[in-house]
Amino acid sequence: MTLRKYLVLVSVTICAAVGETLLARGMKQIGNISPRNLPSVIFAVTNPWVALGILFLLGFFVTYNTALSWADLTYVLPATSLSYVLLAFIARFMLHEQISATRWIGILLISSGVGFVTQGPALTAGPEAANVEAAPETVATGNKS
Amino acid sequence: MKVLYTWGAILLIVLASTTGDILMSHVMKRVGDVHSAARQCGFLTVLRRILSNPLFFVGIVALAVAFYALLFGLSWNDVSLIGPAAAALTFVTNAIAAKIFLHERVDRRRWIAALLIAGGVVLLAV
Repeated sequence: MTLRKYLVLVSVTICAAVGETLLARGMKQIGNISPRNLPSVIFAVTNPWVALGILFLLGFFVTYNTALSWADLTYVLPATSLSYVLLAFIARFMLHEQISATRWIGILLISSGVGFVTQGPALTAGPEAANVEAAPETVATGNKS
Repeated sequence: MKVLYTWGAILLIVLASTTGDILMSHVMKRVGDVHSAARQCGFLTVLRRILSNPLFFVGIVALAVAFYALLFGLSWNDVSLIGPAAAALTFVTNAIAAKIFLHERVDRRRWIAALLIAGGVVLLAV
């Protein structure tokens, strides 16, 4: 794991938390959408908070897929789950919610889970890894012929 | 109704995002490390390699379904319930699906991490 890879994982974490907070704020403004009125969910994207949230979620999508190109899904997901902790802190400071004892325990559990998985290997070694090595060459030869 | 819509949305988010995650991971693994691939043959070639895989677009559709299910859910309930509940369940379903479909080695360390985080996320929602 290089510094650059850690930075990608940090960007995934931040984009996910900020994006979801912005979406929630926008949807609060829009109010309840009943299933009978379902098409109006499509126009929700015109709300400025929702639109800004989508921008962050796009950033999330790009960095997340970058991470998936060199790490297992079962590594990337836990490694970036500090975003839930960040989400709780944003709620604490923007919405002035109190963080209860249970939430602190939750934050502790998540953090230990993240610490746990990042100690291990990022990518499954073996025949699957060999496939990854072979794939770009297959594409390259395909282009030539 | 509120409870039904909320948990219906959560179930749909879990199913759709697991499908999307598995497909995206599969597509990106075929491409390989994008940094070194881009240095070797250019950014556009890497982009074309990603976009030429039809499964990428199936994955996008799955993630779009998950996104709209999230918006629908958020219109009925708090982000502090829906976000964590959907995420906690997705951690478990993803670990199972990654083992079955992506043949990732989900060892004891990763299982413990997934369960710790799923548990922690549930506690955040309480």
